[in-house]
Amino acid sequence: MTPISKPILTRGLAAALACLGFGTVAPDAVHAQETPASAAPPASVQIDRGSALYGRPEGGNAAKLAPVAGPPLATAAAKLPLDKLKVPDGFKVEVYASGLANARSMTQAPDGTLFVGTRTVGKVYAVLPQAGPDGKREVKTIASGLHRPNGVAFHDGALYVAELSKIWRYDDIAKHLDGSEKPSLVYDDLPKDEAHGWKFIAIGPDNKLYVPVGSPGNILLPPDTHAQIRRIDLDGKNAEVIARGVRNTVGFDWNPKTKQLWFTDNGRDWVSEDIPNDELNVLTDPGKQHFGYPFCHQGTFTDPEYGWGHSCAEFTAPAGLLGPHTASLGMRFYTGAQFPDSYKDAVFIARHGSWNRTAKLGGDVVVARPGPDGKVAAVEPFLTGFLQDNKYAGRPVDVMVAKDGSLLVSDDYNGAIYRVSYGQ
Amino acid sequence: MRNKSRIRIVWGLAPALGALLAGAALAAPDAAMQERLAPCTACHGDGTSQTEGVPSLGGQQADYVVTQLFQFREKQRTAPPMNDVAAGFSDDDLRVYADAVATLPAPAWSGPAADPALVARAQALVAKHQCNSCHGADLTGRDAIPRIRAQREEYLAQALAAYKSNARPGYDPAMNEVAQDLSDADIKDLAAYVSRL
Repeated sequence: MTPISKPILTRGLAAALACLGFGTVAPDAVHAQETPASAAPPASVQIDRGSALYGRPEGGNAAKLAPVAGPPLATAAAKLPLDKLKVPDGFKVEVYASGLANARSMTQAPDGTLFVGTRTVGKVYAVLPQAGPDGKREVKTIASGLHRPNGVAFHDGALYVAELSKIWRYDDIAKHLDGSEKPSLVYDDLPKDEAHGWKFIAIGPDNKLYVPVGSPGNILLPPDTHAQIRRIDLDGKNAEVIARGVRNTVGFDWNPKTKQLWFTDNGRDWVSEDIPNDELNVLTDPGKQHFGYPFCHQGTFTDPEYGWGHSCAEFTAPAGLLGPHTASLGMRFYTGAQFPDSYKDAVFIARHGSWNRTAKLGGDVVVARPGPDGKVAAVEPFLTGFLQDNKYAGRPVDVMVAKDGSLLVSDDYNGAIYRVSYGQ
Repeated sequence: MRNKSRIRIVWGLAPALGALLAGAALAAPDAAMQERLAPCTACHGDGTSQTEGVPSLGGQQADYVVTQLFQFREKQRTAPPMNDVAAGFSDDDLRVYADAVATLPAPAWSGPAADPALVARAQALVAKHQCNSCHGADLTGRDAIPRIRAQREEYLAQALAAYKSNARPGYDPAMNEVAQDLSDADIKDLAAYVSRL
């Protein structure tokens, strides 16, 4: 990785980084270079450190960039952007289920029932495995009125659901798909910040629950309770922090060979169109590693404010870079038998797509193939077409290897699940 | 908190009131649309609300209205009587009402101009908190980001306070995030200024 000697941000540096392949699926270099310098900022305004607005440029083209939440209503099946989606030769993409407004994180029961969380509509869905005579799978709403129930994890017949600050367990969920089951509270020793408060959760090969706590803002010195991943017993006891310096991870999985935890992390905003990259990280020494935030981003770039007095060498560098502002969320190792051998143990990553960038980047599923050294040199496009003319036709959130070896992909913009299969 | 019987009475009166008000409405919505809008305009006015605590809806971004009606229906946002009003809405209803509301004429301040000292303080706050970044240069909003220009003062103040306390979780948490830094005095100034645009 090319060392950067000075943390001074210039457009030249940004362009150079882009050219050096820091954007692993290369950002549109033409657009990056055409990005005009911001207009002269208005009379300077003092923004306090720790503010949600800290680090934002003033005025100019930056003022045109704002996050846009997807609609609360699902796109009708006939209007899904299926004809725009592209997969490599030999693969096929189809609609697996529709009508799940704001479909986000996924988990699957052994009988094939798919559970799907949401971020903005308060619901958790179950998709029944068998399609009806019309080819559509029935979608049941098993819970509603929850607060940002983004995270779902199935384990031993129970469904674990992570709200913003509470984790619930729905026992024997298969018998309660009508929503009748009253959940038991598992864990609620969590902050209530809205910023980066929604959670991805998963249960590891060690039968423990893994729960991230995001940074409560874009760039700030987080309290001890934030910017971390915790590991908790399934009864909610013995919570321990296993990773620090994690800004906001919304997807993780365990390497089937090493059993180590791999996770995506979303890089900070407002420092540049082209840096920092989102990260793909590996936890090799639980409890001992710091992944850089807010001091160092993408393993090579000390923060313009918080980086002074630090070196990136103090922190664990990412195993791979996932592109600037791409909002890399869900990720899973491919453990199925359906895809060609070259995909065995490769990592599929859903990139929700950028907002903090003039020329949008991401809005796709990419595949990363870790080398013998555990590093990812580049990622390749796998499922593309959600980004059309710098607008989103859909936004992938999570990927999941289904029981039959196909890859399911959730899209919270359309409220749909797609299925990518090979050779059938 | 909720007084169901009172809501029913207000709701019962609404069509009658709406019919009266709709008679004076601008030509924009067609007759069928006016009929659908009548219950809305009974309380919210024909674009500009005259009722304390009830927001003006004129020129509101349709995508924003969809998110709010959705939140009322799902009880994610508590705002009687709107939770009961929206309880029976289908997804199509949400969109139809939102599109109709967006055709009402936008509110405009008609009272005396804001005090220059207030304008100076509030403009600094607007710049500092970058309201224009999402709500637009003239604060008329875009897509799911609402028009706030010339909204009722007490409604704006309530909304900001509720975002700050998280009593009102935004459809997207952006406002909950940025409102954390606002003091009570900031909220007062912002509401007074934005309502007078």
